[in-house]
Amino acid sequence: MLILPCPYCGVDADETELTPGGEAHLTRHGPGSSDAELHDYLFARENPRGVHFERWRHSHGCGKWFHAARSTDTLEVFGTYPAQTTEPPKEICDKITGERPGWSWRIFG
Amino acid sequence: MSEAVSALNKAGFDGLARVEECGLQGMITLRGDLDTRAVKSAVKAAVGVAVPGVNQVTLAGETGACWMSPDELLLLCGHADAVQTVAGLSEALAKSHHLAVNVSDARAVFRVSGPFAREVLAKLCPVDLSPGAFEPGMIRRTRMAQVPAAIWMDGADTFRVVCFRSVADYVFGILKAAADADAAVGVF
Ligand SMILES: [Zn+2]
Repeated sequence: MLILPCPYCGVDADETELTPGGEAHLTRHGPGSSDAELHDYLFARENPRGVHFERWRHSHGCGKWFHAARSTDTLEVFGTYPAQTTEPPKEICDKITGERPGWSWRIFG
Repeated sequence: MSEAVSALNKAGFDGLARVEECGLQGMITLRGDLDTRAVKSAVKAAVGVAVPGVNQVTLAGETGACWMSPDELLLLCGHADAVQTVAGLSEALAKSHHLAVNVSDARAVFRVSGPFAREVLAKLCPVDLSPGAFEPGMIRRTRMAQVPAAIWMDGADTFRVVCFRSVADYVFGILKAAADADAAVGVF
């Protein structure tokens, strides 16, 4: 069972209170983009064993979207942070580096 | 004008806890920037209480304000006063980006009371309801089995539950099952 602290209401939300929103920090490509960019935006996703960044919505709580950094193999949660950002906060990246030296995820790490 | 009736017309059940539908309750959804003076004074004028802090309720008898999200409150008032209260909010907040809607008849309210009230709700919600972790003055939006709900405490052994009116019968049913006289766990 996954428990994520919601950065907006501070509640430790059980997975059943949340709705998954897929991968975090995607760059949107639409009109004006190349076919390859649109293809990757629509279909190319990370599928790591280990450090991963995701979007979640506290749908049965305060209703807000947020980001979570967690490990897909141990279910450890490195941290959650608000949705209004295009990259993970430094303190969360530092924490991951402390525990998983050499990690990388897309352009981060 | 037809006579307003609540979802289950004050149906009740006695088991481990007393479960009752509370009848008509005025409820207003207010969305806006809760930190602004305009919203704070509009809420005070509308229901006579201060804007509650995160995950808190400020209650004064049958009126009050419940924190629902960083930009949303649920205001409680008399059922007959809701239309007028919304009009007052809309006027007071005319120059602020906001939304005020009378949702009284789109919601149902239950009271769950008695020494086992904590346990009855803890069976249904993924929330730490142990004494100390959840106390009067706090509110929690969560799910009860398959449906969204908001719960807060009116006193040491008394909870109030708000859910959508369309699932009032479902919520009454699961509350009755959790409060079945033979279903005591004694966890708290
Ligand atoms: Zn939340």
